[in-house]
Amino acid sequence: MKAAQRLHVRKTYKLFIGGAFPRSESGRTYEAEGQNVARASRKDVRDAVKAARAAQSKWAGATAYNRGQVLYRVAEMLEGRAADLAPLCSGRAEVEHAIDRVVWYAGWADKLAQVLGSSNPVSGPYFNFTVPEPTGVVGVLAPEEPALAGLVSRLCPILVGGNAAVVAASESKPLAAIELAEVLATSDIPGGVVNILTGLKSELAPALAAHLDVNALDLTSADGESAELERLAAANVKRVVRGDADGQSPWEIAAFVELKTVWHPIGL
Amino acid sequence: MTELEHKRPAAPVPAEWTYAPAPEGREIVRLEERYGLFVGGEWLEPHSGEHYATISPANEEPLAEVAQAGSEDVALAVEAARDAFENGWSRLAPAGRAKYLFRIARILQERAREFAVLESLNGGKPIRESRDVDVPLAAAHFFYYAGWADKLEYAFPNRRPRPIGVAGQIIPWNFPLLMLAWKIAPALAAGNTVVLKPAETTPLTALLFCDVLRQAELPPGVVNIVTGDGRTGAELVKHPGVDKIAFTGSTEVGKAIQRELAGTGKKLTLELGGKAANVVFDDAALDQAVEGIVNGIYFNQGHVCCAGSRLFIQESIHEPLIAKLKRRLTTLRVGEPLDKNTDVGAINSRQQLEKIRELVAAGEEEGAEIYQPPCRLPEKGYWFAPTVFTNVAQSYRIAQEEIFGPVLSTLTFRTPEEAVEKANNTAYGLSAGVWTEKGSRILWMAQHLRAGVVWGNTYNRFDPASPFGGYKESGFGREGGRHGLEPYLQFDGKAETFGG
Repeated sequence: MKAAQRLHVRKTYKLFIGGAFPRSESGRTYEAEGQNVARASRKDVRDAVKAARAAQSKWAGATAYNRGQVLYRVAEMLEGRAADLAPLCSGRAEVEHAIDRVVWYAGWADKLAQVLGSSNPVSGPYFNFTVPEPTGVVGVLAPEEPALAGLVSRLCPILVGGNAAVVAASESKPLAAIELAEVLATSDIPGGVVNILTGLKSELAPALAAHLDVNALDLTSADGESAELERLAAANVKRVVRGDADGQSPWEIAAFVELKTVWHPIGL
Repeated sequence: MTELEHKRPAAPVPAEWTYAPAPEGREIVRLEERYGLFVGGEWLEPHSGEHYATISPANEEPLAEVAQAGSEDVALAVEAARDAFENGWSRLAPAGRAKYLFRIARILQERAREFAVLESLNGGKPIRESRDVDVPLAAAHFFYYAGWADKLEYAFPNRRPRPIGVAGQIIPWNFPLLMLAWKIAPALAAGNTVVLKPAETTPLTALLFCDVLRQAELPPGVVNIVTGDGRTGAELVKHPGVDKIAFTGSTEVGKAIQRELAGTGKKLTLELGGKAANVVFDDAALDQAVEGIVNGIYFNQGHVCCAGSRLFIQESIHEPLIAKLKRRLTTLRVGEPLDKNTDVGAINSRQQLEKIRELVAAGEEEGAEIYQPPCRLPEKGYWFAPTVFTNVAQSYRIAQEEIFGPVLSTLTFRTPEEAVEKANNTAYGLSAGVWTEKGSRILWMAQHLRAGVVWGNTYNRFDPASPFGGYKESGFGREGGRHGLEPYLQFDGKAETFGG
């Protein structure tokens, strides 16, 4: 008997906010890569920032060893979804590249304080040390391409330092970002630590740049309109970062940390 | 602190407990009648011909005329700095740069008294502070960064650190020479050249510093000093030949600079305002804490961006601590900056005095209770008595806005969590203080306070080896330590914040 060809179940592409997958509150979508993708609004940006702020301190408060393991777990989950991810980016090689990048950054979690911090020989009876701490909530304009490796390259240094992120995904190739969101949702990254918005960057970027509860703005992949975004970012003295769209370095982590120096007298 | 001590009444302070005057002589300072701009190793007259009088805020006596630099003057200074960068300084052996900086440190030490007196004359700060803090720390800063000049590749391994070019530096009036040192020492150590604009009201130690550069035989154009008001600073920020701007000052101006530089690709570091929390727990050594509170807010008349201007007291010790603090305030000596017994000097300018008065009036209007010790303020000059506010609500302007004067707002808390929440409830994040005898609590508090510097059982300590700078709207970038070099270097690889 010839079985009727089974009709496959399609996916509805939604946003990733606070660990959940809501549609845009605006009800809007746009078409990208042949799919209807949620077109996030400024209100979605605000909701995502709120979720990020709520999740950030717990993530920052986890031990460095724990954050490293959670990130490593992301690599494990990515490995398991490699076949699903490959068609959404340039292919298998890009997926493997992205997985290796996550592993590389996972190993930095419990080392960055030793490389970026210091103990300072002040001239007096004081113990004085400097430690890196997360900047807080980071707004990210994800690179348009590579769709997966670009996003992973920008997210990892932000996360490993204990920050939470609100990402405006690649506008032209958003599907890899949503697939990644599903990976993150099944990893141990707490809900809200990563929030991914699909939509038009011309709408999302200014809202992120101007938001007063966003501490840093990753403009690595901003092109033409970045001067205006930088101007908006000055409203609360945001750290504006221009890193490497597809590279790895501890200095990428350093761009998203604050340095805290603590003094205490030494005496009997 | 035992129960008994709590109950013992404070010893009365004699009504006429006075010191004999102990003035530091000012003959050591020789001022010119009129100063030009220090550009390319020479003194130039400003294009506009415009000068203004710089005064002593303690008695409004004019000290000298200084130049108001305009756009042509700033352009000449940037050109001189560029020329010095391209034609010598950046190609000088790093060990040579180090030696120039060591020389500057030594000359500052040798001429320390002269600088201290001039700093107090022009800025109004007590000679005790300029002599014991400002000038020695400035010299130490040059000495510290001198040693880095030929060791940069060890500070930033695998990054091939290189100078940026011409740094435009704008400094405030609260620590004129020290801020100059914080700016110039790391910039030069990293191989950059500099155009520095001192604050409008306190240019004289920067102008005297030019004579140190002459004695050190620093090549012309490596350091250029242009005086003037905010317009001069704006010209420097706008000048396309400047590769990096370092600014210390108000958050308002810092934001304007960040906006102005948007899209230019220029590097920027900002050290801006603060509204620091100084948190005292019930187990703290109260007498030490009182000294720390006083040092935290009345040091340099409270003209300190990291001043401990919000005092958070655990409820159970509110009364005894306020009583001790008030008693201590009666022993503060307010007056002549050049008197070696003076604790609190003159307010830096009429404009600043008016700002302090406005905010203090707002505090009283909003319902806070004011305390000022009885003290006779000189008739001439700009003065404000040390002030403590109690009954302050978090929403009051005096609990939210930077006053930048000798005015303390006190608030209370019950639990460490509440203290942290209240302390962090500000757009600023420059510094904080914690007073408790419990070590684990100090570290817990230090971890949770969102501020770039946390002092445990001490306050307002500074050192060239110790990085200083803010979180949030207190700015970005660090000054001091290995971290303080980074804003003045460029590297292989990406990952640069706006702040560098």
